[in-house]
Amino acid sequence: MTLLHIEGLGINFGGLKAVDNVSFAAAAGQVTSVIGPNGAGKTTLFNMISGVYTPGSGRVALDGDNVTGIHPSQLARRGLSRTFQNLQIFQDMSVLDNALAGFHLSERGSVWGDMLSLPAARRRARDARDGAMKLLKRVRLDDLASEVAGNLSYGQLKRLEIARALGVGPRVLLLDEPAAGCNAVETEEIDTLIAELAASGIAVLLVEHDMKLVMRISHHVVVLDHGQMIAEGDPESVSQNPEVIKAYLGTEAVDNVAG
Amino acid sequence: MDSLLQFLFSGLTVGAVYALVALGFTIIYNASDVVNFAQGEFVMLGGMITVFAHEAGIPLPLAALLAVVLTAAIGVALNKLAIEPARGAPVVSIIIITIGASIFIRGASQLIFDKQLHRLPSFSGDAPIRIGGATILPQSLWVIGGALIVFVALWLFFTRTLTGKAVLATANNRLAAQLVGINTRAIMTLSFALSAAIGALAGVLATPITLVSYDVGVALALKGFAAAMLGGMGNPKGALVGGLLLGLFEALTAGYLSSQYKEAVAFIVILAVLFAMPQGLFGAKSTERV
Repeated sequence: MTLLHIEGLGINFGGLKAVDNVSFAAAAGQVTSVIGPNGAGKTTLFNMISGVYTPGSGRVALDGDNVTGIHPSQLARRGLSRTFQNLQIFQDMSVLDNALAGFHLSERGSVWGDMLSLPAARRRARDARDGAMKLLKRVRLDDLASEVAGNLSYGQLKRLEIARALGVGPRVLLLDEPAAGCNAVETEEIDTLIAELAASGIAVLLVEHDMKLVMRISHHVVVLDHGQMIAEGDPESVSQNPEVIKAYLGTEAVDNVAG
Repeated sequence: MDSLLQFLFSGLTVGAVYALVALGFTIIYNASDVVNFAQGEFVMLGGMITVFAHEAGIPLPLAALLAVVLTAAIGVALNKLAIEPARGAPVVSIIIITIGASIFIRGASQLIFDKQLHRLPSFSGDAPIRIGGATILPQSLWVIGGALIVFVALWLFFTRTLTGKAVLATANNRLAAQLVGINTRAIMTLSFALSAAIGALAGVLATPITLVSYDVGVALALKGFAAAMLGGMGNPKGALVGGLLLGLFEALTAGYLSSQYKEAVAFIVILAVLFAMPQGLFGAKSTERV
């Protein structure tokens, strides 16, 4: 079932067409990867889908509803969540509080009830805490729960950001280079985690430079170059597409492959 | 000994007013890292609106309520008209906008109200209460009580409620806050409303003692800022302790040195804090991640 529809999405920065006329769809329970050389517009594309940038043209539809250019906080309500290549963590808060923040929308209670610490408020806070701890366990950060987030390593912060994004209870999850800066063991953990997330029915949208990881876990691959979509398909066919090889390795390599 | 006690009482009274101003600073600072120098004008508006509403025949409690609500609305307008359009500007630019707003509010009040000094009747009479050889006015107890109640309410708000935590999250990382579904614009509006309301409340409580005119805001904003810096910007506990300490310093200086030097105390405190411990008494040590 396709959950996320991207139609003719584009944006200009000054005269530069950073992303131009990109269309694809992402299905629930599948991993859709967006790949391309540096500067191809992958992160810009993610920023438009997640409401951080307002697209210059085109349309984003989530479960049939047009959500083009709506605010990230509204998208979170509709079940779209993301992580960032350059991390957006509450640095001054504890690891647990960062994960707890993901539950902001599911926690509902009156200001007065909270201030007076009524039983219902305490119960709700405990539930959110349990949920956050479960997510931390899932990304293997549970033993660091009380640490201040700013003290964590880059790879750990990447996982923390995924945990927080999961707290929102997303139907669509955008991961921007989750394995960047991670060692081989951490990469494999993230690999497993993403596969699990997709298997649980989430539509995972992935930007990643680690081609081995992409080829291993993706169901569908979209290739961008200079803001244009140059190929799309299953990992196997994309990796043999001459346009893609050209974008990554230059024309001579294609000639060599062809010859 | 009696005179010391008397100085302490008057110091606590003035300090409670500073604490209320500092608490107002705390909220907006927590939501946006901005020090709102129009905070003193909120106090002035609280006093002035109450005075004029009361003179127009509205009963005092109702006039006070009206002043708090109107000032909160002015706070929201300040955010919508001056702060929100500058979103994305550096914090320093926004601070300068708040200084401009404070000059504007002062000028407008001078035109709308007048340039006279005004006072309000005390809430519970003017008979001084004798405690151990010194006296304290009933109105002082109102001011000190008001500061304590606002402090406790804010403390609970920031540590226990979802909305309070959303304010802190917005200050810490606005984009991350949006990602988890926090409407950061509504949070900013709420912070200005709350800050302005607390400022107005300070004005209502203090006017029977300190009197009010269109230009009392500048000094109050500076004193409140000194108090917030002393306690640690952003921490309600710091605002309360900083305010009370500053009030006590002033009263003791006026009592034992000379009331001429009283005004200098706040500025000496700002300088000392900036030199010796920029994070204040209760402020978090700020660390920049590289």
